[in-house]
Amino acid sequence: MRPLTEEETKTMFEKLSKYIGENIKLLVDRPDGTYCFRLHKDRVYYVSEKILKLATNISRDKLVSLGTCFGKFTKTHKFRLHITALDFLAPYAKFKVWVKPGAEQSFLYGNHILKSGLGRITENTEQYQGVVVYSMADVPLGFGVAAKSTQVCRRVDPMSIVVFHQADVGEYIRSEETLT
Amino acid sequence: MAATVEELLAKAEKDEAEKLKSIRVKKELELEFDLGNLLASDRNAVNLRDFRAQKKEDYLRALARDNTQLLVNELWKMPSERVEGVVVAKLPEPTTRLPREKPVPKPRPPTKWEQFAKLKGIQKKKKTNLVWDEAHKEWRRRWGYKRANDNTKDWLVEVPETADPDEDQFAKRAHAKRERVAKNELNRLRNIARAHKLKVPGAAAAAPSRNELARAEQVAKVSTASVGKFQERLPKEKAPRNRGKKRAFQPNIGDFSTERQQQLELLKVIASKKPRMDVTKAVNKQMREEDMEAASKKRKGAGRKGRKGGSAPRGKAKGKAKAKGQGPPAGKSRQVRKGLGKR
Repeated sequence: MRPLTEEETKTMFEKLSKYIGENIKLLVDRPDGTYCFRLHKDRVYYVSEKILKLATNISRDKLVSLGTCFGKFTKTHKFRLHITALDFLAPYAKFKVWVKPGAEQSFLYGNHILKSGLGRITENTEQYQGVVVYSMADVPLGFGVAAKSTQVCRRVDPMSIVVFHQADVGEYIRSEETLT
Repeated sequence: MAATVEELLAKAEKDEAEKLKSIRVKKELELEFDLGNLLASDRNAVNLRDFRAQKKEDYLRALARDNTQLLVNELWKMPSERVEGVVVAKLPEPTTRLPREKPVPKPRPPTKWEQFAKLKGIQKKKKTNLVWDEAHKEWRRRWGYKRANDNTKDWLVEVPETADPDEDQFAKRAHAKRERVAKNELNRLRNIARAHKLKVPGAAAAAPSRNELARAEQVAKVSTASVGKFQERLPKEKAPRNRGKKRAFQPNIGDFSTERQQQLELLKVIASKKPRMDVTKAVNKQMREEDMEAASKKRKGAGRKGRKGGSAPRGKAKGKAKAKGQGPPAGKSRQVRKGLGKR
């Protein structure tokens, strides 16, 4: 377990800012406690100071997880965001996508969102912007990347993809083994 | 019969004379003989007329025959002796001085001691051949057989105070002598080898070069349990560079506030990198404004027709914006106009 280096922090913040923009500083600087990011076996964990101090008592090979896993660094040092970060991304999300009830299941199974399943989308969404996917009842389902900007979304045919799937809450069951 | 006998005798006499004649060779100048080298030098001038008259080969052969005859005559004059049944003449010393067969030998290079003595200016001290031996009360040679003060002939050797009482002093002396002899022999051979520029076995091969020594020193420094970290150093020797960890990470439970500060700084930097002005939006806004102006002009000009025309440029503007930007973003004016904006 170790803190992130400059490079790693930069990569991670850039990824996060795609979804929550400048609200990252609300994650970094919290009024209700000191939280920090730690790297353990290529995974980034967002953990409070108290829990961190407790975790130092566990040996490296025995430690599985601590706090919340935000994502992991791949072999080529790219940062991949996991679904476990959703709880922290959802409240600060800048661009949101609401999905119709019929297409919810499809998304939760790992498919992309088609125009036919699109309920609402925030205005000014650019193409390839990171978005958080909600159900019509404002329950966060996961996140993705906008395949088309809002304007274009309006005019495309119903069978085209509007949001690329990145992570959904169904992964808690599907990839139970790999999520820490 | 008598005639034949006479004839025979006469013939014999003639033969004898011929023989003698052939033995005796008449020369104007006497030859010079160097019997030690079996050399005969003929200084007589060559008779050119005779030389040219007959065949040259024959003339030369006759000349050689005459000279050889004279040489052999001289040899017969030498004292002879019989060796294993053969008559052998005893030759005198050669008088001709022959030139050198091989070049003059170079003087041998001085030995180590000779070099040192020359350097220091040490002169050889002439030693007397004989030394007075007190024990035998006579003059004896300095070294060698029956020498003076021969310590090998001692029947008693005192054990010195500092030595081990069980040590054999005689054996020790003999051993020391052998060592000295061996050392001397080694030095003698080394001198010879140096003189002939031969490779001395062992001596040069053992001495390492400067680079090898430096490398050995480096390796030795690091070959400790703590990989050279706590080795004592010479007064002016520099501390070794960090050869262990190449990457150093921040401590796990470091100062949280500084960590936070750093991260906020980093966020500021990232935010500053992003352009404040969205170029496409700005371009589209500009284009929309232009379209609106054009539309309003047309409307004023053409009235009802202008309305239709008004909608067309809008579409065109949209198309233009699309072409220029990555997608037509919605501006404030757009929202107001269309009212189609999904929220």
